[in-house]
Amino acid sequence: MPTSDSSSEFRVNPPGLDRRNFLRTSAVLATGLAAVAASLRPLMDLDDYTTVERFLQKYYKELTPAEMDRVLKRIEREVEKQYGVRPHVRDLKPMDGVEFVYALNLTRCIGCRKCVHACVAENNQSRNPEIQYIRVLKMPHGSLDMDNAEHDYAPALVPEPGFFYMPVQCQQCKNPPCVKVCPVHATWQETDGITVIDYDWCIGCRYCEAACPYWARRFNFTKPSLPKERINPDMAYLGNRPRRQGVMEKCHFCIQRTRAGRYPACVEVCPTGARKFGNVLDPESEVAQILRTKRVFIQLKEEMGTSPRFFYYFDV
Amino acid sequence: MMRVIRDYGVFLQRCARIAFVGDWRYYAWMGALTVVVLLGLNAYAKQLVSGLISTGMSDQVSWGVYIANFTFLVGVAAAAVMMVIPVYIYDNEELHDLVIFGELLAVAAILMCLAFVTVDLGRPDRFWHLIPGIGQFNFPASMLSWDVLVLNGYLLLNLHICGYLLYCRYQGKKPAKWFYIPFVFVAIVWAVSIHTVTAFLYVGLGGRPFWNSSIVGPRFLASAFTAGPALIILALQVIRRITAYHITDKALLTLRSIVQVSMLINVFLLLNEVFKEFYSGNLHVVSSKYLFVGLHGYHALVPWIWTAITCNLVAMVLLLLPVSRSLRWLNLTCVLCIVGIWIEKGMGLVIPGFIPTPLGQIVEYTPSLNETLICLGIWAFGLLCYTIFLRMAVPIMQGRLSKANERQPDSGVALPDPQTAPGH
Repeated sequence: MPTSDSSSEFRVNPPGLDRRNFLRTSAVLATGLAAVAASLRPLMDLDDYTTVERFLQKYYKELTPAEMDRVLKRIEREVEKQYGVRPHVRDLKPMDGVEFVYALNLTRCIGCRKCVHACVAENNQSRNPEIQYIRVLKMPHGSLDMDNAEHDYAPALVPEPGFFYMPVQCQQCKNPPCVKVCPVHATWQETDGITVIDYDWCIGCRYCEAACPYWARRFNFTKPSLPKERINPDMAYLGNRPRRQGVMEKCHFCIQRTRAGRYPACVEVCPTGARKFGNVLDPESEVAQILRTKRVFIQLKEEMGTSPRFFYYFDV
Repeated sequence: MMRVIRDYGVFLQRCARIAFVGDWRYYAWMGALTVVVLLGLNAYAKQLVSGLISTGMSDQVSWGVYIANFTFLVGVAAAAVMMVIPVYIYDNEELHDLVIFGELLAVAAILMCLAFVTVDLGRPDRFWHLIPGIGQFNFPASMLSWDVLVLNGYLLLNLHICGYLLYCRYQGKKPAKWFYIPFVFVAIVWAVSIHTVTAFLYVGLGGRPFWNSSIVGPRFLASAFTAGPALIILALQVIRRITAYHITDKALLTLRSIVQVSMLINVFLLLNEVFKEFYSGNLHVVSSKYLFVGLHGYHALVPWIWTAITCNLVAMVLLLLPVSRSLRWLNLTCVLCIVGIWIEKGMGLVIPGFIPTPLGQIVEYTPSLNETLICLGIWAFGLLCYTIFLRMAVPIMQGRLSKANERQPDSGVALPDPQTAPGH
């Protein structure tokens, strides 16, 4: 039967060619599958990426108390398996009548970075790559323009004349841009003013990191690594339990401490008393008094309308 | 009913079959693309294991070429509307039978967009958290949730329009107007929305003055309607050369006028932005300074942006001159437009938004090799999809693949067994 050129491409093979065609198709298919398998080979090292239990875990706010219990137990098991330390993981809730506020005295800060390291130790941050929640800026006298800030200053002695130091961490905004942009509600503001992250819900899109005007958020670009002997076993679900690769984290006012009546690690360690922390709803608290009596205090980038719960003040 | 399903099954089967049939050039092209796709897949597998540390991104520059390509390709997808409007609103005859190729390009571009956002996720295993109903969808607060909706909606709209029109053509039936015209008009508005929403993704961030500017949205559209039709001009010529599909020069020149006007607007808007940034001299100019002239000794993006501006300006001049009516010059112009806008919208828009950081730190960004391979893999995947779409669509549009020749023994693909087929 004559076939025109135009239709030849749609032709089925004559019956006699079926066997050869079958062999050829099989060969092509086998090569293709082998190539796909070879290109996916690195996935063999994908151990402990997720488990069925972790994959199906519900959103923090939808967990029943019983489910939460199981999740906390599971996290304890996992941490013990990975780090050889049995932690105590709690789901601490915000207390009624409490709104936490931070005040930092710029006149007193000497830029020693003790807060940075106390924070890392307290909150089980990755040591390699290094993740730190507090960034201390060294600024020339007189201006708050952060484009003049030096980030990696390392003199033998601080403070250096002619400079002041400004530690920046999560400002726990009343109107947080990071919460607004998160596509999956993985980060939200609690009633005590702390913006938290469900590390098991975050999809790692890093939109919040782009949205934060204070560069307060950190991403786990790889599996965090921290030495077993440095684990802080006192953990909270929304706080310092170890994070996994591919999720966000940030300062949470040491939720595992502050919701249990203690000060954040950075407050405790500060050698000059520049850091003050407390419940602003309690008129007798130190922070309430500072906000009442100091003539000037600063909210960073006030014009953003973020309304931080983190105030910088001076001894005036 | 069974018959309808069976007919559609045969149609799909024949379309699938034809994607694997072609001459040696077709096999070479598809083979080469497959190799690049597999290289990209391999790079992605590595990234899944090691994390995004395998990219050049950091906490300082937390989005890179993935999001840059995503942004560019949303524009390409939106640009299909520049063929739809002349055909469906102004009854343009020349473009009438070509509009489907623009819509198919939009489908391929959206598929690439979805791939680019997926590879950018730190936890792709948790994608289901984004699914409305079973996840926690932060709609309408998060612009990203809007983007998920508009992109997937646009994909479905175009799949419906293309699929329906092609199936009608295959059956030799006249398409029922009510079943596609409303969708075409929705798609016109929708196309504008996908790129506007993508612009708002950036514009909405008050902490990033470089993006927090109302001109970003209009600039997105202007650049999309330049680069998109430029890409379509090139694609149409490839189709014409390889398949002898009837495409007139006049159709290409119509698209040229669209590119011409869009490029003028694009350059004008760029000028507006540059003036506002530099003349007022407020402190927010730092990112633009970093982009255009470098900042405190850092200038990784300076050669990129000036390449882009040169491409755009040369393209604009060529578009204004009659010389670009000759196809050879028009092709060169289109390449310049695409390259210029890819840089400007990608590296030129995404990266400087992060430099310096909100705390004034300057950390530069260069894509890593692994990251680049993933990008190439996704581009190859998109081209692969588009080639397959065209491989199916062109013979259908030419009438060579149709229901009429379904049963001819020399052309029937996967004929059903007459004994088991219903209706016998």
